[in-house]
Amino acid sequence: MGLEEKLPSGVLLTTVEGVAGYMRKASFWPATFGLACCAIEMMTSGGPKYDLARFGMEVFRASPRQADLMIVAGRVSQKMAPVLRQIYDQMPEPKWVLAMGVCASSGGMFNNYAIVQGVDHVVPVDMYLPGCPPRPEMLIDAILKLHDKVQHGKLGSNRRNEVVEQEAAALNALPTSEMRGQLR
Amino acid sequence: MSEGKRDDRREEKRDPAGTPEVGKGPEQPAAEQAHENLPTPAGERTVRQVGVRRGMFGVRGTGDTSGYGGLTQSIAFPGDAQRPYGGWYDDVADALEVATRGAGLDVAAPRVVIHRGEITFHVRPDDLPVVARALRDDERLRFELCSGVSGVHYPDDAGAELHAVYHLLSMSHNRRIRLEVAVPDADPRIPSLVPVYPTCDWHERETYDMFGIRFEGHPALTRILMPDDWPGHPQRKDYPLGGIPVEYKGGSVPPPDQRRSYN
Repeated sequence: MGLEEKLPSGVLLTTVEGVAGYMRKASFWPATFGLACCAIEMMTSGGPKYDLARFGMEVFRASPRQADLMIVAGRVSQKMAPVLRQIYDQMPEPKWVLAMGVCASSGGMFNNYAIVQGVDHVVPVDMYLPGCPPRPEMLIDAILKLHDKVQHGKLGSNRRNEVVEQEAAALNALPTSEMRGQLR
Repeated sequence: MSEGKRDDRREEKRDPAGTPEVGKGPEQPAAEQAHENLPTPAGERTVRQVGVRRGMFGVRGTGDTSGYGGLTQSIAFPGDAQRPYGGWYDDVADALEVATRGAGLDVAAPRVVIHRGEITFHVRPDDLPVVARALRDDERLRFELCSGVSGVHYPDDAGAELHAVYHLLSMSHNRRIRLEVAVPDADPRIPSLVPVYPTCDWHERETYDMFGIRFEGHPALTRILMPDDWPGHPQRKDYPLGGIPVEYKGGSVPPPDQRRSYN
């Protein structure tokens, strides 16, 4: 039928995006960005019991220039926000951000003057992980879901179009507080 | 069972005549938080009320949704202690008087308060460096360590809205005392203690950051916790709590200090 039928055995066809995603997802290099109690769970995830090494990411880099995943573990204070943004800017592309815990995702219990109400005010977030703090299993689950997202990520003009589409969808989305009759 | 145990402990505390343990101050009898139970010296009643707290989260008027809208609590200062204070308190007070008289102060601490078994010397702002140096250097005092500078804000106490509290520890004698300085909000200046206790450097910066007390003579009095361009001093009672409305499906909840009342 197609080209696939004529290939000898042992040859596999895929897309460039598929190969790039496959390579990227299997080797995350997280930056250490522990800000509060979530960092303890993040460290536990890297330890022998939960063992993030199974997913190729046991090495937490102290330098943002060697990292491609920022796990924001903890509440971000107003004073820390510019520092966080600078760390993010120093990371080389491609890079992803995981907001770990409710504080990083939305401000959490700290609804006051001192804490940034969600790290997405400062950097683009790819994955939100609830919990206070989340268990290591939840962090690993969030990372695996991020793996999935990276695997199916787009490249080049496809990626640019995707960004425009996602932004338009987010701008047109109904705010949560205005959702009527959907109280669950 | 537990009730009996607690009674025993109180009985021990109630014995000021007994010889106190080495390095431990005598306990005073009444130590309850409530206004009417504040310790007063026999005879004159000098408890001074400086404000009343109502409800929670600073909500004015009819209260808040927390159910504590009717909560009322008075803010009162305990009365002055009378001589003899008991135990090593008299030694410290006497030594302080002698040491500061040499430096030209008639009265080192115009007010002395003993509350919950702890002694506090209320010092005039201008006298603070002299008193602190005497406390550190005098052989009978030897308060080597200043373990922190706390700030307190009493917005209704006219003329003494801002207090700075210094917690001192004598490792030689195993004694702890407190120094308290009150300044008006209109002119919140206190001499810095960094020349005497270098450890006060960051503590004074923090108290400046949170309360706006200016420590004169500090080597670099800048904010330490909040960003440099932050407006206001967050730990003052009149500083808004801040926060944003929390959105849920079909509605949103305003921040705690802006919630409506049920009644």
